[in-house]
Amino acid sequence: MAEARAKTADILKNDLNGLLADWMVELRAAGADQRITDAELKAQAHQFLTLVAEAGARGTDVSSESWQPVREFLENVSRSRAIQGFSSSETAMFVFSLKKPLFNRVLRATATDSQGLADETWTITEMVDALGMHTVKSFQKTREEVINRQQEEMLELSTPVVKLWDGVIALPMIGTLDSARTQIVMESLLQRLVDTGAEIAIIDITGVPTVDTLVAQHLLKTVTAIRLMGAECIISGIRPQIAQTIVHLGVDLQGVTTKATLADALAVALKQVGLAVVKAKTAQSA
Amino acid sequence: MDRIPILRMGDLLLVTIQVDMHDRLARSLQDDLTEKIERTGAKGVLIDISALELVDSYIGRMIANISAMARILDAQTVVVGMRPAVAITLVELGLSLSGVDTALTVERGMQRLRARLGRTEATDDDSEE
Repeated sequence: MAEARAKTADILKNDLNGLLADWMVELRAAGADQRITDAELKAQAHQFLTLVAEAGARGTDVSSESWQPVREFLENVSRSRAIQGFSSSETAMFVFSLKKPLFNRVLRATATDSQGLADETWTITEMVDALGMHTVKSFQKTREEVINRQQEEMLELSTPVVKLWDGVIALPMIGTLDSARTQIVMESLLQRLVDTGAEIAIIDITGVPTVDTLVAQHLLKTVTAIRLMGAECIISGIRPQIAQTIVHLGVDLQGVTTKATLADALAVALKQVGLAVVKAKTAQSA
Repeated sequence: MDRIPILRMGDLLLVTIQVDMHDRLARSLQDDLTEKIERTGAKGVLIDISALELVDSYIGRMIANISAMARILDAQTVVVGMRPAVAITLVELGLSLSGVDTALTVERGMQRLRARLGRTEATDDDSEE
């Protein structure tokens, strides 16, 4: 085994440029791409081989300390690939395509020694597979990070609290309501109530596609919390379909002011703060 | 701190909870407040809980109870300055404090109390006439 390792290391050390050239052929065959330039690909491949050669001289256990730079390099590569929009298999191909040129060289080096060839093949397979696995793993991680970030952004985007008038704030709700979102909605709405000192909060559910018992319960919770804070709450934007669902489900919305449109809700809110909207002309003549 | 101070302002009582409530404190407040309402004949009670950061179901129920007791003693109660976190906790605990009147700030609460007291007095006057 020690001998085999020495051979792989030798190949990597002595024939780096030849290996690189063969590998580049493989990489190009796997699919020339506009997303990454040839020069960039070559630079990445060269750096990877150099790092593998360094690490390989000290052992083939990919999870060991000496392979740390290689792992980090692969993490960087897969991160940039994920951002550039490569698929996971395309990213993994970067590592796996190294197998063929490596095997060719091992075959030549161990022409008659079949036992040596088998050993060497196994070593390389193990090494490349582990590296490939690591690449896919970090690719996946990057993708998950992207998804998580987008989810958070969406949450923030979908819960803006707007000021409609002095003492009147509104929250146009968009998308499905679940427990996590209700919590965020409630927190941001209540915080805005404290910040602005508004007396009336309007929750507009025009953008909520469906209302089931759970959503209704979440809404009622929010309404109660607003009341506890000492403000009033109006729910608006209830579509006919949703009004039917609410009644069919037997949800009790008594004690909650509900209006069909945001305009109606604003009219009620203005009335409650003691304001009236009049036509400009009438106001002048009066 | 053993007791929560109860301040008198005309026919109103002002209770400002400045420390975290524990059960014994809540009970002593309940005793003190009912006694004070009885003694002073106060018509309104304003409970400011803006400094209260932690509530449990016991404290939540205590607030509701105090308000109900005051009502029996013919005094209106307004709870003011509840923090968002406290409101959320109470809702999650299933305590909607449905009989308790609330306001955002002490000033608003005072306005509200005065308006309500003024109205009840006015109706009393009307009925007398």
